[in-house]
Amino acid sequence: MRKILKPCGLHCIKVKHLGVSLGQQVILEDINLHIHCGSLNAVIGRNGAGKSTLIRAILGETAHTGTIEFKDRENGKIQKMKIGYVPQTLNIEKQTPVSVYDMIASYHSNVPVFLKKSRKMTEKILECLKLFEAEELLEKQVCNLSGGELQRVLLSMAVMDSPNLLLLDEPVSGIDQNGMELFYQTIYQLKENYDLAVILISHDLDYVRQYADKVILLDKTVLRQGSVKEVFQSKEFAEVF
Amino acid sequence: MEIFSWLQYDFMKFAFLAVLIITPLFGLMGTMIVNRKMAFFSDALGHSALTGIAVGVVFGVENTNLSMVVFAVVFALLLNQISSRVAASTDTVISVFSSFSTALGLAILSKGGNFSRYSSILVGDILSISPQEILYLAIIFALTLLFWLFGFNKLMAVSLNRTLAKSRRISAAWMENLFAVLTALIVMVSIKWVGILIINALLILPAASARNLSENMREYHFFSILFSVFSGVLGLVVSYYVNVATGPAIVILASVIYFVTHIWGQRHNL
Repeated sequence: MRKILKPCGLHCIKVKHLGVSLGQQVILEDINLHIHCGSLNAVIGRNGAGKSTLIRAILGETAHTGTIEFKDRENGKIQKMKIGYVPQTLNIEKQTPVSVYDMIASYHSNVPVFLKKSRKMTEKILECLKLFEAEELLEKQVCNLSGGELQRVLLSMAVMDSPNLLLLDEPVSGIDQNGMELFYQTIYQLKENYDLAVILISHDLDYVRQYADKVILLDKTVLRQGSVKEVFQSKEFAEVF
Repeated sequence: MEIFSWLQYDFMKFAFLAVLIITPLFGLMGTMIVNRKMAFFSDALGHSALTGIAVGVVFGVENTNLSMVVFAVVFALLLNQISSRVAASTDTVISVFSSFSTALGLAILSKGGNFSRYSSILVGDILSISPQEILYLAIIFALTLLFWLFGFNKLMAVSLNRTLAKSRRISAAWMENLFAVLTALIVMVSIKWVGILIINALLILPAASARNLSENMREYHFFSILFSVFSGVLGLVVSYYVNVATGPAIVILASVIYFVTHIWGQRHNL
């Protein structure tokens, strides 16, 4: 990933009137967001507020109404957005013979992982693992990683081809207090040093207070968005938490 | 040479060739069937062979092989669809549909007390395979290799996390359906030689044994194919000398390999 001195602040992601329905049930409606590169945006809300659905809609996995645009603010040109995603969990059991290399290469390479290890891919993966001090994990089995280790591996994978937007889905489960602190610091450094925007679903309000640039309070629609102070002192916030 | 005396008969030569195609194929497919926890799915597919034949009989199709393959492909796609839509757990859904289709097949085929005509498909008989049928096996083997070379990474990506795969623009539905169809084809093309009762064992055992020893995908595939071919060839030879059905002989050997690798893996903390 290309390191920069300062995020340019010129890219932005605009979500307009986004809505998701499952049959008769409305899960999200009229979501409007404006996300700038170099900002950490935390999405908070009670369970079932539609936080994960929002992520899946942005990724295009869940069908939605409304539009999501990625723009260069200078000339207003619409570009193709690259999204890095860090999932909540992986569908992997104990004893599954999938190494960290296998997993990352399966998403990023066309060289069949069952046949051979590509040297080019290995170098590329190591470079990204290094960003998160995880290069010694390359040959480890994914199912044997600790919560924190898996998190760092998934982060490495998400930033591998310099995304414009990083989506993180409740990424802190199974990690101890120290690991959490480290995790938030890493995300903070990422958005400070690289040209990307971060959308983070979080349950931990203390960390949100400390690290987020912008908070989005969600319950089917955006109840309130703005700076940490604005949202945390709003009456909507008091009603939900 | 004495040790190859069993190859003097044509039927043994053909069976040997068939084993050399079926076993690596099963070793390969098994890796992902086990990883994706589809053991029950492939088992249900095997059972649906009966229904496929029955459907052919009812509609007066001359070549019941064809109706069997078509039915299995439809059945596989249907199962995929339903398990992704219905909230109940996948194995319950599969069980419901599998029981229904098996019972339907048995009912139709046993009408008028005729079931014994079809009972050979339960155990299978690899010694009766013809060169033409070996060719079918070779074609399906080539197809599988192609899919593995070009689709394996994507299939694995989808298995690990669908949303993550989507973020890399990999279509989960496509990969899952292709894999299900391929599994259906392989099971149907080989079921007459291996038999409904044990076909699943041949798919699952080599991969399960390989998991006991492997730490990455390359080891996993290597051991799975090795164990599959080894138990296949040895099973064929043993069955010739001991005069038992070939399929069960292969499965017994494959099971022994599983237990040995399981103990070995535990001793070595794998």
